[in-house]
Amino acid sequence: MADNPFSRRELLRSAALAGLLLPSAGALSACASPGGGDSGGPKPAATGPKTAANPLGIPEDRPFEVVVFDGGFGDAYARDVHEPLFVSRHPKVQIKHSATKEIAKTLQPRFAGGDPPEFVNNSGDNAMDFGALAQDGQLQDLGELLDAPSWDDPGVKVRDTILASAVELGTYDGKYCVLNYANTVWGIWYSKKLFADNGWQVPRTWDEFTTLCEKIKKSGRCAPFTYAGKHPFYIYETILTLSAKIGGADVLKNIDNLADGAWKAEPVAKAAGAFADIGAKYLLQGTEGLDHIQTQTAHNKYEVAMLPCGSWLENEQKDTTPADFGYAMFPLPSFTGSDALPYGTLHSRPGEEFFVAARSANPRAGMEYMRAMLSKEGAGKFTELVSTLTVVKGAAEGRALKPGLQSAAAALKEAGANVTYFRFRQWYKELHDEVAAATGQLMAGRLKVGEWADRIQKKSDEIRNDSSVKKFTR
Amino acid sequence: MTKVRTRPPLVNRTSLTRGRFIAGFLSVPVLLYLIYVIAPYAQAFYIATTDWRGVSASPRFVALENFKRLLSDDVFWTAIGHNGLLLVLMPLLTIVIALFFAFLLNAGGASGGVSGVWGSRFYRVVFFFPQVLAVAIVAVLFQQVFRPDRSGMLNAPLMALGLEPIGFLSDPGVAFWSILGVLVWQAVGFYVVLFSAGMASIPREMYEAAQIDGAGRGQLFFGVTLPLLWDTVQVGWIYLGIAALDVFAIVWVMTAEHGGPDHSTTVMAAEIYRNAFQYFKFGYASAMGVVLFFFTVAFAVVAMRLSRRERIEF
Repeated sequence: MADNPFSRRELLRSAALAGLLLPSAGALSACASPGGGDSGGPKPAATGPKTAANPLGIPEDRPFEVVVFDGGFGDAYARDVHEPLFVSRHPKVQIKHSATKEIAKTLQPRFAGGDPPEFVNNSGDNAMDFGALAQDGQLQDLGELLDAPSWDDPGVKVRDTILASAVELGTYDGKYCVLNYANTVWGIWYSKKLFADNGWQVPRTWDEFTTLCEKIKKSGRCAPFTYAGKHPFYIYETILTLSAKIGGADVLKNIDNLADGAWKAEPVAKAAGAFADIGAKYLLQGTEGLDHIQTQTAHNKYEVAMLPCGSWLENEQKDTTPADFGYAMFPLPSFTGSDALPYGTLHSRPGEEFFVAARSANPRAGMEYMRAMLSKEGAGKFTELVSTLTVVKGAAEGRALKPGLQSAAAALKEAGANVTYFRFRQWYKELHDEVAAATGQLMAGRLKVGEWADRIQKKSDEIRNDSSVKKFTR
Repeated sequence: MTKVRTRPPLVNRTSLTRGRFIAGFLSVPVLLYLIYVIAPYAQAFYIATTDWRGVSASPRFVALENFKRLLSDDVFWTAIGHNGLLLVLMPLLTIVIALFFAFLLNAGGASGGVSGVWGSRFYRVVFFFPQVLAVAIVAVLFQQVFRPDRSGMLNAPLMALGLEPIGFLSDPGVAFWSILGVLVWQAVGFYVVLFSAGMASIPREMYEAAQIDGAGRGQLFFGVTLPLLWDTVQVGWIYLGIAALDVFAIVWVMTAEHGGPDHSTTVMAAEIYRNAFQYFKFGYASAMGVVLFFFTVAFAVVAMRLSRRERIEF
């Protein structure tokens, strides 16, 4: 044996190497390795006899698990509305309830290990990727749920009680497997009080809109316009909706389908140019460095007149909104007289995704739980509790709504069939990130419209040619 | 053969017992190290050759396709560039500032070389504060400091003077330097303490001898303190280099778009996290991890080579 065990240098070297190895290993050792559990195909799902009271044939004595994303909606709606509603018809079924802010971190190892919970509210910043889940056959086919009799009226199928767009949005590979429960309406939000006090009118054309912005700027009362600068999704949403209004719904379909040159289409360029102009002239100072809460709070303090947002806004801001603020929204103004879609066209789409895990122990109970959610009572109480519309037709009627939600519901009714939406944000998160990054630069004046379109088109083409990413079409 | 037999058998038995004794102590930590450090590494290398998306039980083998794609991934190269810049600037700035402060605290006093400036005990505690704060807290704190409106600590005075606010975190040309500033701010305290400890062990007589020969403060620092502190500085440089390659939380928590705006502050660890836990491209992210692994090993080797230098015995 050597008499001199270690030189100082060797000690230092091994210490440094250990220090190097440990931190970078952390990121990857956190993910579970594939093939941990039984990978020999799905287990047979538990079933029970089908009866009129139990049309999906759930086993009446088997428990199941509900995992809810504890975000803007909280989890009270599940605990206090949907779960009691479910239990009222299936008293012997036990529901194991849990709520988390970190859906992917909590559940991804369970999916990889073959032991997923039955019912998942896959939402929030840390949601699991639906593309990856669909690619892997983790999503239960909900076709049977659509054709089952509805909770309220056995004569009407579930399919006929919900918006058609909810079915389209929940369909992956021709299979309906994701329930988009909440229905979000986007628009430009303002304070009725601020507008009334200053005699400002809701603009119906783009000229009126820019004139109003100019007027507000000159008045010195507040800044005309802002958006959540740190999250440019809020403004690219508006740009895309305006481009659909100018050029028709196909503009967005091409974008979703990663079509050649979809981002370089003329309506997209026009809409992007229009908002880049707003960005150059009328933004609240510092907008690009502020997040959604900061800009929305500035709005509540009457420091800015208008901002684009979804109908969750009123609920999100309930603690900072003055009592007489009077939240209301208006649809995007008409760009020219020859827009493809009429005034009142809205970006509205079902969101807040729920799915049943195909390889869980009791998937039918998860589907039955969805059937309860889609009842008039389940949906109506949800709307009241979290101030959000649902995909269940007419469920909000007769319920007490706050002013902002009322205005959104009215705008949605007026829009009728003129409703647009896009899906690439859910399908290709990489593309979403690139659009957000580029649009932030566009609004700050560091990218020209042409460069903006080139960059995004390049990313879109890259994803189209990436064989490891599953493609979707609509 | 004959040589072995000439050894006294007693020694052989002792060394065997000793070997067993040592093995008994080492086996558990080595086993733990194998399971929790080496095995995940091996796994990462394997996952890097698949297109695993995190939920499948049977990922597809794609050989080196992930690495080929990395070559043309602009964002990843931007991230590597930022890590490279941090690798040079963060240790340099931190060490220079920390040495300056440590010298003032230990040998910068009015008496000329033998004591610190007035109040040095107090400053020593204050300098260490950032080290006590959790990284996430530091990030959130600086988000507020850098706010671009009247609530921002740095921008409020600017705006009061009628100047345009600076987009510390929102201007892509400025954001990276803001991040570097925070990283240096956070690291300096620890190295002040480290260098202070090193300086405390330098014999007073050396300073006194130099002073008698007429050396000023600058000469004291470059002629006495720095050469005698060289070993400690080396250790500091290696630790800081590792930290620079490993920057993640500050960038992820503090910046818009997690590494933005427009990828202007992103680093390798952030790209790995994004691809793994946001895009669910675990195979691709693992390939990035493998690249990061080779960068860090290369850094370690280079650092060892460069720091091979004669020590001054005292």
